Amino acid sequence: MAELVTITTLPPATRFVVRGGEAAIPLIGRAFGVALPRDACRAASVPPRAALWLGPDEWLLLAPDGDGERIASEIGAALTGAPASVVDISDRQVALSVGGPRAATVVNAFNPLDLHPEAFPVGMCTRTVFAKAEIVLWRTAADGFRIEVWRSFAPYVEGLLREAAEEYA
Amino acid sequence: MTPFRTPAGGRIDRGKPIRFTFDGMAYTGQAGDTLASALLANGVHLVGRSFKYHRPRGIVAAGAEEPNALVTVDRGGGREVPNLRATQVEIYEGLTAISQNRWPSLKRDLGAVNDLLSPLFPAGFYYKTFKWPRSFWAKVYEPAIRRSAGLGRAPKAPDPDRYAQLYAHCDVLVIGGGPTGIAAALAAAEAGARVILCDEQPEFGGSLLHDPGATIDGKAATEWIAESLAALGRRDAVVLPRTTGFGYFAHNFVGLAERITDHLAAPGARQPRERLWQVRAKEVVLAAGAIERPLAFPQNDRPGIMLAEAARTYLNRYGVRPGTRAVVITDGDSAYRAALDLAAAGIAIAAIADTRAAPPGPLVDAARAAGIVVHPATTIIGTEGRRRVHSARLAPVGGGPEDHVSCDLILMSGGWTPAVHLFSQSRGKLRYDEALGAFVPGTSAQRERSAGGCRGTYELDACIGEGHAAGREAAAAARRSPAVSATVSGDAPAAPLPGGERSSQPGDAERGRDVAGEGALPRRKIPKRAFVDFQNDVTVKDLALALREGFRSIEHVKRYTTTGMATDQGKTSNMTALEFVATSLGKAVPAVGTTTFRQPYTPVTFGVIAGAARGDLFEPVRRTPIHSWAAENGAVFEDVGLWKRAWYFPKAGEDMHEAVARECRAVREGAGIFDASTLGKIEVVGPDAAEFMNRLYTNAWTKLEPGRCRYGLMLTEAGFIMDDGVVGRLAPDRFHVTTTTGGAPRVLHHMEDYLQTEFPDLKVWLTSTTEQWAVIAVQGPKARDVIVSLVDGIDIARDAMPHMSVRLGKVAGVPARLFRVSFTGELGFEINVPARHGRAVWEAVHAAGQAHGIAPYGTETMHVLRAEKGYIIVGQESDGTVIPADLGLDGMIGKTKPDFVGKRSLARPDMQLADRKQLVGLLATDPKVTLEEGAQVVEDPNAPVPMRMLGHVTSSYASAALGRSIALALVSGGRARKGMKLFVPALDGTAQEATVTDPVFYDPEGKRLDG
Amino acid sequence: MLIVPCPHCGDRPEIEFRYAGPAHIERAQRPAELSDEDWASYLYLRDNPKGLHFERWRHIHGCGRFFNAARDTVSDRFVASYKAGQKRPEIPR
Repeated sequence: MAELVTITTLPPATRFVVRGGEAAIPLIGRAFGVALPRDACRAASVPPRAALWLGPDEWLLLAPDGDGERIASEIGAALTGAPASVVDISDRQVALSVGGPRAATVVNAFNPLDLHPEAFPVGMCTRTVFAKAEIVLWRTAADGFRIEVWRSFAPYVEGLLREAAEEYA
Repeated sequence: MTPFRTPAGGRIDRGKPIRFTFDGMAYTGQAGDTLASALLANGVHLVGRSFKYHRPRGIVAAGAEEPNALVTVDRGGGREVPNLRATQVEIYEGLTAISQNRWPSLKRDLGAVNDLLSPLFPAGFYYKTFKWPRSFWAKVYEPAIRRSAGLGRAPKAPDPDRYAQLYAHCDVLVIGGGPTGIAAALAAAEAGARVILCDEQPEFGGSLLHDPGATIDGKAATEWIAESLAALGRRDAVVLPRTTGFGYFAHNFVGLAERITDHLAAPGARQPRERLWQVRAKEVVLAAGAIERPLAFPQNDRPGIMLAEAARTYLNRYGVRPGTRAVVITDGDSAYRAALDLAAAGIAIAAIADTRAAPPGPLVDAARAAGIVVHPATTIIGTEGRRRVHSARLAPVGGGPEDHVSCDLILMSGGWTPAVHLFSQSRGKLRYDEALGAFVPGTSAQRERSAGGCRGTYELDACIGEGHAAGREAAAAARRSPAVSATVSGDAPAAPLPGGERSSQPGDAERGRDVAGEGALPRRKIPKRAFVDFQNDVTVKDLALALREGFRSIEHVKRYTTTGMATDQGKTSNMTALEFVATSLGKAVPAVGTTTFRQPYTPVTFGVIAGAARGDLFEPVRRTPIHSWAAENGAVFEDVGLWKRAWYFPKAGEDMHEAVARECRAVREGAGIFDASTLGKIEVVGPDAAEFMNRLYTNAWTKLEPGRCRYGLMLTEAGFIMDDGVVGRLAPDRFHVTTTTGGAPRVLHHMEDYLQTEFPDLKVWLTSTTEQWAVIAVQGPKARDVIVSLVDGIDIARDAMPHMSVRLGKVAGVPARLFRVSFTGELGFEINVPARHGRAVWEAVHAAGQAHGIAPYGTETMHVLRAEKGYIIVGQESDGTVIPADLGLDGMIGKTKPDFVGKRSLARPDMQLADRKQLVGLLATDPKVTLEEGAQVVEDPNAPVPMRMLGHVTSSYASAALGRSIALALVSGGRARKGMKLFVPALDGTAQEATVTDPVFYDPEGKRLDG
Repeated sequence: MLIVPCPHCGDRPEIEFRYAGPAHIERAQRPAELSDEDWASYLYLRDNPKGLHFERWRHIHGCGRFFNAARDTVSDRFVASYKAGQKRPEIPR
């Protein structure tokens, strides 16, 4: 029988938080290769890169580990004076994936959002809470989530996920 | 089969005997039994002792409202749960149940002496008896009262079970799985709603489970239940048995407690014992049913006296005869149904005493037709039987000749109370229904609706109809509108109780009507030992006493007598008490008021509330990237907020004092290495970054060159110090801001607040980088020598990289932001590297430092070193009332800046006063004495108490460098007191003399920073 | 736990938010020109109405935005929420 829940720590990644004025948003998207989503709580993905809406002037860019310097310089070159903030936070956080038929149930053990596919469809992402930690939750598949969490909170979040998954093991 | 089991019928599994023990005695029940039904099947009626008088008590009810039959269930290994209602405990093979509040045994309970002494324990006795002497309260009276008070004991061992929690959302939550709730859930699900249906019992059906003759849509009730549940399953409704809706909170947030393993003899190791469902429902349907009321006749609390519908439940649902010969006392019709069912099962009905003058209706006729003697206008004026009732004394209402009737069972029915608890918790307004003699849901405060018994509708057809309508409407309403705003629905007229009139004052006929006007005392004889609240042992007499002593509001009567304040929250007693008070005062019931029900409906375990939040998962434990190295190298850690920080690194044989002294010497004489990763970091980026910094910090930032750093001081708008930290300018439009460890989220929030709401025109953006960087501080005269071989791309020579500068380059091969800063007063660097490299770089620096005697040091040494220099710590030298001038930090204020957050407040007259508390040094006259941090500073310790307090000690350490103790203190007008001797009193009455000094003890010229 | 309407993210649970005091209390352009009394009143004096209340919230564990909301302090019902900087809406009592 396939596992009902799988919890995995994902490999290191390149991460940027980009914030900026209206003029910068399309320029950043073009340079990064993924247009920054303007709809609230939506992620755009051109594998292996993705841009997650975190706030009306804030996005999380995800890319494979090692791409950081190139991305920083490409975005920097594209901005040409358009005011923006590009900050490398590759090491600020780590990522966990939660998959399987009971993935939503396990996430909902400590996250208060409605994860019904109609309320939280594939491609939706948001900063939210997981028990006493803050996370970014991104539904990457019908039964798959990516959780981004600050480095020092990761053992706590992973511990709670595993505790919640225990009864489905 | 056990002696009191019927030969057939009921919903128990007669093929599955279950063995269990009660107070060590072995019994057998059947699968499907509750502990209560299994005990009754074995003829056990005495199950507990009452709270105050230790009177023998039996099973009164068959559900959640049970006030008497509280037991402890012990599963061993710390799995011990007190105060469970035997009526809700499902039996399983090997169940061990124990009675409570008795010693040495249930049958011989020494506490029963309280019953003989009961005249000494009227309502409010503890307020009167134990008032004096006052000193006796805490040590004598309270412990004695607590020891003798009833209920079970809290378990002592840690709870080994796991508890799960789950947030859930739905369109329609239906609470209560009787006919009404099932109908509602089905209608909502058929309308396409996401539905959750819960019921506290193991089996859905509610009253249908003990009403075998009932039919719905022409089907037997059991068949209808099964079909309905199957239909709900097909529509993906979440159907939760053994799940109590215990709390109704704001915005349709409802707590459900699901009991998962308590009914299992051998739960799976991975199974949680319970699950807390935190449900957010767009609409809620309350279908919680109704609770039968006892009657308050004298000695109404003997084992064998139970609610009529409970007896019917035991008979029909569990196949148990609760007695052989019964007397029925009632003021309504429903008890007749119980009498008829019991009679049909062969239980003799000795008499029905009906307090109504001329009880009408088909059920009364049916009873008479069955040969049952019905005495109208009759009540019970007393009962006999110590551990089990054996007779009742009947007499006409208002007095007359007695009739002594022998019996081993008395069924009482004082009418029905709609279970409005959850509606009341939702802050809905109750409405008194005269015809029902009960409170029913009135005006809603949230998006909910009540249906069936809990709004006073008792007839099956009507309940199904109401349930269906409620479910359909709820589904439509959930579709219509967003979840946020509550709707207000008007009163719906409640249907009258079918089958005849209810006497206007249900119950105890001895409650006279001839009371005088408001404020006067009831003039009539009060019945003795007529219990209103069984669980808290409150009698009619207690209520009368409360009224006689002047209490008028039901809220006061309740608190004075404790009626309704037991663990059952007065499920069976509130209305009886209320009606007695109303009648006695000559007021209408609504004029006396009702009580507000609070969460939880029935008690919930601490476990289900705590969930996984215990042990390692109680809260996040934040560890730095260098933590593992510190742990491997013997560090002792301290908690700083959620962080674990290395406190000191003792070598073998060293105590803390010795370790810290050694670490301090290492830094002052050679080099030390310190993990500063927990410092908050915020990247401030954008063309207006410097202007933003100007407005948020006291200092001026415009002229700070890229590559240079400045110590920044942040104030609240009220002018008080909020945070501080070193800020490096990386580029014209980019600042690397550091904050205190604890202050990082607060500072970011504060910055975002001003940026978003006061200065939205500024083009600048903020990003937390606290956890992006591991920070390795290298401090001491040899610091440069330690790192020089590791640094790549940066000239760190004395003049090329001066104090308070920042450079980008590589350290140990890793991209780094290198700061030349010091929090020790020595030459120092702080190496910022991406967190994943933190430990490797730390190890490289540590290895390179070996030649220079480098020592890892912890937060304690850091504190000592900075105190020697008089460097403040926000939150230690400041406390939310301290302004920069108090700490001698006037120089940090950009005098020419027109404005910054907090500037205007610094100009207020209070901020200019000469007697403000100012930061000074304190040197104890005895250099070996380390003053107590937090201790007060006074002029004369022998002055009469309360003496004037000048301030307090903020920091105090033994300084290795100075060879003596040092302290910092905030002292009123402190700078003008330099050289004066002040005193620091200790808790033991002694006081230390100390001299006021400058707060900088070490290297006051700051030469060592330039090393 | 309330449901708080974020003007950016929609209805979200209260634990994602931080309350931030009454709304529409503007900081003076030039605080230095205010009298001590006016400044103290700006800092400390607040209404505590029973009923409709305009207040600030921050969706701190969400989009991070401060915004304003109108809430009935008796029923806890939110009647409006709008972005920071927008005008106070007219709300019929």
